[in-house]
Amino acid sequence: MKNKFITAVIAAGFVASAGMAFAETIKVGYITTLSGGAGIIGKQMKNAVELAMEHKGGKLGGMDAEVIFVDDQRKPDVTKQLANKLLKSEKVDVIGGIIWSNLLMAIHKQVTRADTLLISSNAGPSPVAGSNCHKNFFSMSWQNDQTPEAMGAYMNTAGVKSVYAMAPNYQAGKDMIEGFKRFYDGEVVGEVYTKLGQTDFQAELSALRAAKPPATFIFQPGGMGINFVKQWKQAGMDDVSKLYTVFSVDGISLPALKETALGTISTQTWSPDLDNAINKRFVADYKSKFGGYPSFYAAQAYDTILALDHAVAKTGSKDTAKMREVLAAGGIPTTRGSLKMNTNHFPIQNFYLREAVKDSDGVVTSKIIDTVFEDHGDAYAQDCKF
Amino acid sequence: MTSTLLLEQIFNGLQAGITLFLIAAGLTLILGIMDFVFLAHGSQVMIGAYAAAAITIATNNFYFGILAAIPITFVCGYLLEWLIIRHLYGRDHMDQVLATFGLILFFNEAIRIGFGPAALFTNFPSSLSGFIEILPDTPYPVYRILIILVGLLCALGIHLFVSRTRVGAMVRAGASNPEMTAALGINVKILFRFIFAAGATFAGLAGMMIGPLTSVEPGMGEPLLILSLVVIIIGGIGSVRGAFIAAILIGLVDTVGRVMLPMLFKTFMSVSTADTAGPALASMSVYILMAVVLVFKPTGLFPPKGA
Repeated sequence: MKNKFITAVIAAGFVASAGMAFAETIKVGYITTLSGGAGIIGKQMKNAVELAMEHKGGKLGGMDAEVIFVDDQRKPDVTKQLANKLLKSEKVDVIGGIIWSNLLMAIHKQVTRADTLLISSNAGPSPVAGSNCHKNFFSMSWQNDQTPEAMGAYMNTAGVKSVYAMAPNYQAGKDMIEGFKRFYDGEVVGEVYTKLGQTDFQAELSALRAAKPPATFIFQPGGMGINFVKQWKQAGMDDVSKLYTVFSVDGISLPALKETALGTISTQTWSPDLDNAINKRFVADYKSKFGGYPSFYAAQAYDTILALDHAVAKTGSKDTAKMREVLAAGGIPTTRGSLKMNTNHFPIQNFYLREAVKDSDGVVTSKIIDTVFEDHGDAYAQDCKF
Repeated sequence: MTSTLLLEQIFNGLQAGITLFLIAAGLTLILGIMDFVFLAHGSQVMIGAYAAAAITIATNNFYFGILAAIPITFVCGYLLEWLIIRHLYGRDHMDQVLATFGLILFFNEAIRIGFGPAALFTNFPSSLSGFIEILPDTPYPVYRILIILVGLLCALGIHLFVSRTRVGAMVRAGASNPEMTAALGINVKILFRFIFAAGATFAGLAGMMIGPLTSVEPGMGEPLLILSLVVIIIGGIGSVRGAFIAAILIGLVDTVGRVMLPMLFKTFMSVSTADTAGPALASMSVYILMAVVLVFKPTGLFPPKGA
């Protein structure tokens, strides 16, 4: 009697596992920062990924899908361990996410060489776009230099003759100023590197007031952007110089800046008012579900899931090589329209000029006022040989 | 490099220094008098900033926000001492470090749960948004001058309290010899509890005042805590006067160094080298100052008498 029962259980187990084998599941490991000061960015990205999964009925390209979120704590060593765990014990098919360039550098080799797709939702350091590129890596964002390049190009057309540049003293800060200078033809009269995580910029603003540059270009991401723009306005700097920003005034900082940010301009590949069906649905549903505008981080996270959905739907499989082929071909439907792919697997896309404005409900958001670059590729693609 | 810019930077340094003093004043008494290593003092700054910001947002009145937040931070400090800190006085420093580090994590998470991870928006009222010409053609924000004045008033108040009042004498006596003070019939425990709560209030006041300038967010107090520790080490642990002078010194060195060092370096080295070396040395300057002070005066500039 007991034996019969065990046999029945085993048989049932076989039937069940046979059934499971039929319905394949694609597993996605999503690495982002969910704790600490930058936790707000990761929260928005997680929200967007969950919204995308909801929009796709919990499936990717019709295949059952599972997304595993992990918190990298903004630490490279933790990220490496998480990637290892996702690859070896969770056996994920794809790893996505990653806000910070240094974290991406920490896991780039490890993931791509394990024949697993690595899709960045934000970070785009130059090495992985150029000589150290890998066929299993894709960017759903941009290469770091491109956004300041667009600002440099815009300032040429706006006839800005000289500029004072300010960025935090770390790699991305220097990259941003390099990218800016690559396209900007005018004179850079001052290059100031502030402390990473600095909260009070009064001393730098005093020096800036004395220098009286006609224009100021800043890269001050996250909380630094909030502090900088607030103190800029409080010090009445608008009368001294015109402010041009990248990655400083966005969906993360605007709720804390509110009216203070009005009129600030920046360049970006995405904006909540981009006019296409996917973006409209994303922004409307995000706002109603999470109460507030999504940031570009959220949009890129949403696009990461859309890209996977597209790849699986086209190939009908979760095979790395097949998905890679589809993604490399481009034409990925995203919140930024149909996204083209460069030879180094970074998008070729438009860069827009955005201004902080009030929407019809009185909420401060950003609006596209001009297109700076159409179909802009990055400077490193030529160095990339797979 | 003009002298007006230098003057403006000195004002900036004063304002940063005064803010640091408000935080360090409590910390130096807690460490000096109670011999208690309290790392969660930055959380008091955050609690003050959040209390003021939340009330300001709710009532739309900046002054009311500050007035209501002062007793809130006092009560928070009082309760914290009564609930947790007093049980740790007898422990060694390592236990105190671990426990108060745990408190930092607790407060940051509690704020995150209560107010969300995003920064709160606050601004000072438009009546304080003007400028005063400290020199012709050198406007300086009224609000920052106000911070300097409030800080100086607090410093004067603390000085008079400690040196001229009966309770101040008890505080000094408690610092020199707690057993003897207790034997004379003074309730040292209650005295310490009030010092702790007052220290929390001054730190909270610093948070309330810098809230409208910077972002009010979880963990905002920690960078200030590190500088405050430097201040009390330079000033001499337990000395309010030392904390005041060291705080102004740190504020000036940090602010003026940040702007002047890269400029100075550019006069004798290439621009790109100066852009790298200047900020690097500027961010070290405060710690270099601490090291130099410790070499010549290992107990700080103004160690309390009899300590």
